[in-house]
Amino acid sequence: MDNLNLGQHISRRYNEELEDVRTRVLAMGGLVEQQLQKAMDSLESLDAGIAQQVIDNDLQVNAMEVAIDEECNTILARRQPAASDLRLITAVIKTITDLERIGDEAERIARMAGELVGETRVVKLFTQIRHLGQHARTMLRGALDAFAHLDTEKAVEIWNEDRKIDREYEALLRELMTYMMQDTDSIPCVLKTVFAARAIERIGDRASNICEYVIYLVKGKDVRHTGLLKESLSDED
Amino acid sequence: MSMEMKNAQNLDPRIIGSALGPTDLGAEDHCITVRDLNLFYGDTQALKGIDMDIARKRVTAFIGPSGCGKSTLLRCFNRMNDLVSSVRLEGKIELDGEDINAPSVRVAQLRQRVGMVFQKPNPFPKSVYENVAYGLRLQGIKSRRTLDDIVEKALRGAALWDEVKDRLHDNALGMSGGQQQRLVIARAIAVEPEVLLLDEPASALDPISTLKIEELIDELKERYTIVIVTHNMQQAARVSDYTAFMYLGKLIEYDATSKIFTNPGEKMTEDYVTGRYG
Repeated sequence: MDNLNLGQHISRRYNEELEDVRTRVLAMGGLVEQQLQKAMDSLESLDAGIAQQVIDNDLQVNAMEVAIDEECNTILARRQPAASDLRLITAVIKTITDLERIGDEAERIARMAGELVGETRVVKLFTQIRHLGQHARTMLRGALDAFAHLDTEKAVEIWNEDRKIDREYEALLRELMTYMMQDTDSIPCVLKTVFAARAIERIGDRASNICEYVIYLVKGKDVRHTGLLKESLSDED
Repeated sequence: MSMEMKNAQNLDPRIIGSALGPTDLGAEDHCITVRDLNLFYGDTQALKGIDMDIARKRVTAFIGPSGCGKSTLLRCFNRMNDLVSSVRLEGKIELDGEDINAPSVRVAQLRQRVGMVFQKPNPFPKSVYENVAYGLRLQGIKSRRTLDDIVEKALRGAALWDEVKDRLHDNALGMSGGQQQRLVIARAIAVEPEVLLLDEPASALDPISTLKIEELIDELKERYTIVIVTHNMQQAARVSDYTAFMYLGKLIEYDATSKIFTNPGEKMTEDYVTGRYG
């Protein structure tokens, strides 16, 4: 499903530029997804080596954001894109900002993992946090799929998932608080777990932002802050 | 819906969208009304069933590929097509509710109300002053003082006064292309028209002169209804409030310029503004 017709411009060079931007966003998304996976692995296994890899790789994510931003600016200056081309460029600029932030959150998780190395107290909480992390990763992948295929149905579906993550996060938070009350010595390391959980929850928010950009890109409708995401789609189709 | 969301929706659009310009064509005061307009050059139909309302004191741009009928439509508004013998017209065009093709309408008077500027600057081979005063003299104005006043006002209105005030009596043909085009606009507004029709007014000018003309259009719309035909899509995007996209004699889409260039409703418009039209 490619209703953008990127290959239809009179200028072949322009086709290539737009296609290239899109490909690079997906490549960046792939890298960020991998970063998140590794960050979760490092948290689960409390492996300082993996955690350090995630921290180091974040520089690459940042570099990709800068490079794609620059490419978008060049296209804006040279091509003055209109209509769906313009929406593609604005959606890309916003999407890569969120992707870069997701990368930062992954780095934060890895840092927490690094600080938790050797801790035995929090191990039993990892089942829930792993589940939360898997959920966030599914959302990120889904949002990137929706972007790749310009699939608004998928975007709505993924967007809805964020509420579940929020609930899961709140439940986890309650559990962690109980834990801290019961065992005050555990507070420093449980707090680190809270920060990691918070980072995962934010990834869900950012993935749902990307879903909103996909809807804007395809439908030309800005559904942010309206709460009308579902309605606005159903009454048009 | 949470309070926050409600607030976001209830914000005054004048606050949020002030830089976007007017967007609701239906809410505008309509200066020109076109109903079921068909135009034929001999056997060839150049305009097909055009229905449109032109908003008063706004800039409306006509865009579309060569031969789509946009200039023909523009020329209907001051009956320039009368000069072509093979033209046949069906339908109705009203200016302020008055049928401009009615037998009682005097064409010279209509053209005074609906001025026109062409692609190539066409000043008369006379002085700057006489070019602007020309239409006024035709109206029988003889008072030197009145003429001086109106000429200055028109030249100021066309953002040309400062450049020519010291050489009002030099030949207009010695001016640059951009100055000549602004002189022609000054000549058009000297007779206080309601509507200004601009047919590719900047396509023969360099980029800086083009920007000056565009800036001028922005100032002129406070007093006049402006309709502009342009091949330069970015120019339409920059200067107009409403844009009409035409193709093969038909009006395909007509909407707020911000909508046409960000999220057009028709596939054909989309293809044209994104450069996919082949």
